[in-house]
Amino acid sequence: MNRPQKTHWRARAVLLLPSLWLLLFFLVPFVIVVKISVSQTVLAQPPYAPVLDLAAGWRGVEVFFAQLTAEGYRLIVTDPIYLLSYFKSLQVAAISTAILLLIGYPIAYGIARAPRSLQPLLVMLVVLPFWTSFLIRVYAWINILQRDGLLNDLLLGLGLVRGRPEWLSSDAAIYVGVVYSYLPFMVLPLYATLEKMDEALLEAAADLGCPRWKTFWLVTLPLSLPGVAAGVLLCFIPIVGEFVIPDLLGGSRTLMIGQTLWTEFFANRDWPVASAIAVALLALLVVPIVVYQRLQTRQLEDLR
Amino acid sequence: MADGGGRAVGEKPPLVRFQSVSKRFGELAAVSALTLDIMPNEFFALLGPSGCGKTTLLRMLAGFEQPSDGRILLDDKDISAVPPHRRPVNMMFQSYALFPHLTVEGNIGFGLRQEDVSRRERAERVAEMLALTRLQGFEKRKVGQLSGGQRQRVALARSLIKRPRVLLLDEPLAALDKKLRAETQFELMQLQRKLGTSFVIVTHDQEEAMIVADRIALMNEGRLVQVGPPADIYERPTSRWVADFVGQVTLLEGRLQPGGLLTTAVGQLRVPDGESATAKVWLALRPEKLSLSAERPPSNGGNAIAGTVFEIGYRGDVSVYKVRLSDRSLMKVAVTNSKGRRPFVVNDLVWISWAADAGVLLRQ
Repeated sequence: MNRPQKTHWRARAVLLLPSLWLLLFFLVPFVIVVKISVSQTVLAQPPYAPVLDLAAGWRGVEVFFAQLTAEGYRLIVTDPIYLLSYFKSLQVAAISTAILLLIGYPIAYGIARAPRSLQPLLVMLVVLPFWTSFLIRVYAWINILQRDGLLNDLLLGLGLVRGRPEWLSSDAAIYVGVVYSYLPFMVLPLYATLEKMDEALLEAAADLGCPRWKTFWLVTLPLSLPGVAAGVLLCFIPIVGEFVIPDLLGGSRTLMIGQTLWTEFFANRDWPVASAIAVALLALLVVPIVVYQRLQTRQLEDLR
Repeated sequence: MADGGGRAVGEKPPLVRFQSVSKRFGELAAVSALTLDIMPNEFFALLGPSGCGKTTLLRMLAGFEQPSDGRILLDDKDISAVPPHRRPVNMMFQSYALFPHLTVEGNIGFGLRQEDVSRRERAERVAEMLALTRLQGFEKRKVGQLSGGQRQRVALARSLIKRPRVLLLDEPLAALDKKLRAETQFELMQLQRKLGTSFVIVTHDQEEAMIVADRIALMNEGRLVQVGPPADIYERPTSRWVADFVGQVTLLEGRLQPGGLLTTAVGQLRVPDGESATAKVWLALRPEKLSLSAERPPSNGGNAIAGTVFEIGYRGDVSVYKVRLSDRSLMKVAVTNSKGRRPFVVNDLVWISWAADAGVLLRQ
């Protein structure tokens, strides 16, 4: 009778470490951010109030809760600048994810169909950019896209443009930067699912009368949907919160939510509003994550 | 014996003809100048050890591999250049290759979806296949929720629904346990008789090939070794390799003498008369054609040699005795266990006897 309980306890112990990690580095900071988001802005150190005063006992707790306010949240839903930033972020994330999928799928498919011996090298080439700092690579795009940069040199050389058009500081520059930076995150999960696919399934489809292109639509694509979902979420979620790329490559008129948050936090020193933005962003992103989890559970059930 | 072999079944023209077909993968010759005819309405088995080229031959017929040389004719038309999706041939894969994202129904109907078949006819033919393979009630299941035997039947139904001219079966029963495999072998034979389609099965299991097939092509190292009905191959093998690969055999090396005598290391043996030539030959003896006795049996124009029991392999219905002969070689003798107790034990002195025409003389 003793042993099953023991294993039960051990199984729990295994979960303890990740749980502790999440508690310490995610849940506790998140509670602090939520708390700040319902505080008031003050000119002080720290720049918000109230601060919980446990020395004052129960009275202190009452005062603390009385001072909480939803002002930050009211501001971000009433002032259009915040809503526009959210919208812009979702738009940039959605469009770039679509472009990433269109570019990434053929690349992943090509690698998965390449000779086995070549595949590690090709995967390596996809990951290679990570060997250089992300920041340096984005700066390199400034060099390429600026008025006297490489792109205009090339276009002029080919006689495709007259004069030197401005590429930098535009939405197009943001898309170029985002798609370039996130491509590996789209290619790798797609490659992982496509590479696992049984060659015999494609032969079976051909045997039953499917030309190649039709086999792709009827067999390859549906079976790679888990990879598509993983790639899309792996790109979409961080792009929504992207700060560096729009800040360096985008124009001053385009504000993504990451930049707005940065401004509130560092320029305006309005911690409560900045925190409210962060909490709202998280709530927004929880939706696709939950959808993905559901899909994954269903996938597992199908396999059983 | 590398010619097409046995134009045996009826007078109808062959359905499939391999005409000096070769297939090379780089340096490796998987199939070498192979010529073979497969008849309409025939259950044909390609048998051989792994790597003998039998699967390559099947895949060339399906269209997944292109012959390096030679032609493949189906209904007298060269199909070498026809892509797999246009060939009137369907294959049942060893791994079954069922589509995991589709239901049983979706898998079985997949082939008809690629054709100009009305929704109603498709539903009817899927229902027909479900009945044929006893899968009614499983239509809406995903294939991941089926047992091994059920998957095997889905794969079979899926490959039959387009009514192919030839059904190719690549080790179709390899994944089943022994009992289910034996049942399925008989089901396959019934199905083939009912449908009248030619079945070509690839297998490395000689027993399976002999049970299901009308004719067997025995392959080794990319070449045909012997082609013919199972009984021909078993009773009249043309080489030591065939005799040894199909069933159990004891081979006695010797030289022929005039008058139907063979000189061997264990003495002079009587063999069918009329065999000439004095070159080296081998006498192939099947274990079930031999008898064991404690006393020397009366000669009656047959053979009898003495030995001691070395080892007994008990199989329930039959025991296989390995008997050590005077030259220290071992001879296998099968004895039916009709009495329920073993007549001999290890180290017993025994006599092995057989009729003069019980064995086969082999020259290679």
